[in-house]
Amino acid sequence: MTIRLTAPLTEETARSLRAGDQVLLSGEVYTARDAAHLRMLECLEKGEPLPFELEGQVIYYAGPTPTPSGRPVGSIGPTTSVRMDAATPTLLAHGLRGMIGKGLRGPAVVEAMKKHGAVYFAAVGGAAALMAACVTSCEVIAWDDLGPESVKRLTLKDLPLVVAVDACGGDAFAQGQAAYLASATNVKE
Amino acid sequence: MREIQASAITEAVAELFVTANRELPEDVARAMERARTEEPWAPACGILDILRENADIARRDRMPVCQDTGMAVVFAEVGQEVHIAGDFEAAVHEGVRRAYTEGLLRKSVVGDPLRRVNTGDNTPAVIHTRLVPGDRLTLTAAPKGFGSENMSRLGMLTPAQGVRGVKDFVLETVRIAGANPCPPMVLGVGIGGDFESVAELAKRALTLPVDGSNPDPFYAALERELLEAVNATGIGPQGLGGRTTCLGLRILTMATHIAGLPVAVNVSCHVTRHRTVTL
Repeated sequence: MTIRLTAPLTEETARSLRAGDQVLLSGEVYTARDAAHLRMLECLEKGEPLPFELEGQVIYYAGPTPTPSGRPVGSIGPTTSVRMDAATPTLLAHGLRGMIGKGLRGPAVVEAMKKHGAVYFAAVGGAAALMAACVTSCEVIAWDDLGPESVKRLTLKDLPLVVAVDACGGDAFAQGQAAYLASATNVKE
Repeated sequence: MREIQASAITEAVAELFVTANRELPEDVARAMERARTEEPWAPACGILDILRENADIARRDRMPVCQDTGMAVVFAEVGQEVHIAGDFEAAVHEGVRRAYTEGLLRKSVVGDPLRRVNTGDNTPAVIHTRLVPGDRLTLTAAPKGFGSENMSRLGMLTPAQGVRGVKDFVLETVRIAGANPCPPMVLGVGIGGDFESVAELAKRALTLPVDGSNPDPFYAALERELLEAVNATGIGPQGLGGRTTCLGLRILTMATHIAGLPVAVNVSCHVTRHRTVTL
């Protein structure tokens, strides 16, 4: 079963999702990678406003290729999420509700997700040309000097995602690998 | 002496990087097809189907297969009988600049590792040059994404650790990498040499046909054994479980010191790009 969601997300929605759920995400999300995360932390330390209000929002860890003429966006797939882990608990404490990336998260992020009620989605790493078709608009809203690392507002239409880590700490990577290995053992026997 | 103009090198490099980023190499596409037929786990098949569709869209719409269009790595084999009219390295950098600006590829390079300002045109390239007999110049473009590069490792093993130690090191690298490098991975393994040459061997191994095998039967068997072991970890496509953790593993070796056994694993992904032209 596929769950259709629209960002921004409520805490209730985030807490209702379970690791392994297939999701089609629409609505508005924001891109931010390494450099933008460092700047967001600096803003919070100095008490300055962020490029967007974090409450309920979803951040997509992505830096697209340049936009070809006649298209809304270039190729856009997820980058490795764990590099954003140092900044993530702080952003979750300020209301961040969801993250889209690829790969594992550290224990501090998972604990903060459980505490604040947030969800981590995995997009298919490397399927960047396919995912471009799920983005209907892309606008740089901050830190243009960072080039591919600037903060962009994206409008999504049915971006295919998997709930990788849920707000109870359920982990689709561990669960999926264990389920496959159990089935592979059964086949051999 | 045969003369090659620097401008011809620039044009060749520009074309190689644009095409390499839009069209999955045939060997990688073949390995993906084969992996799909051998994958028994339905969720993993679903992901492999998405990856195949993505590669088709990229080729059709002339878009990069992956948004990480990489750091521009160039392997050059320069014939001793070639005279290059102009500045060789400047010509390569200019080709990269053209490919990444005019070809709408992502600019993913910062000019200084700690002060981190984007150079704006993906230069400089990483250039490995080798002198070879003959009057030809062979250029291989291998744009390298860093999601997988970051998971690469180098170990200075002891001779006593031997082949067992090499196998353990490769599998440990794969387990640490897990879901991070966009599995299914491609693995380039360097064994021997010294500290810096073993890393270059591993990178060079990623430019070999992913479904080929080492000409030395001993290492061909080790390639097969390691590939099988990696595909028994259960990591699977995107780390969500399945057989297809690795599409192919290639080994390159060289002589080493009596006291050492260097090993390097250069981790790459299902978008392992390499494209070669001979001028």
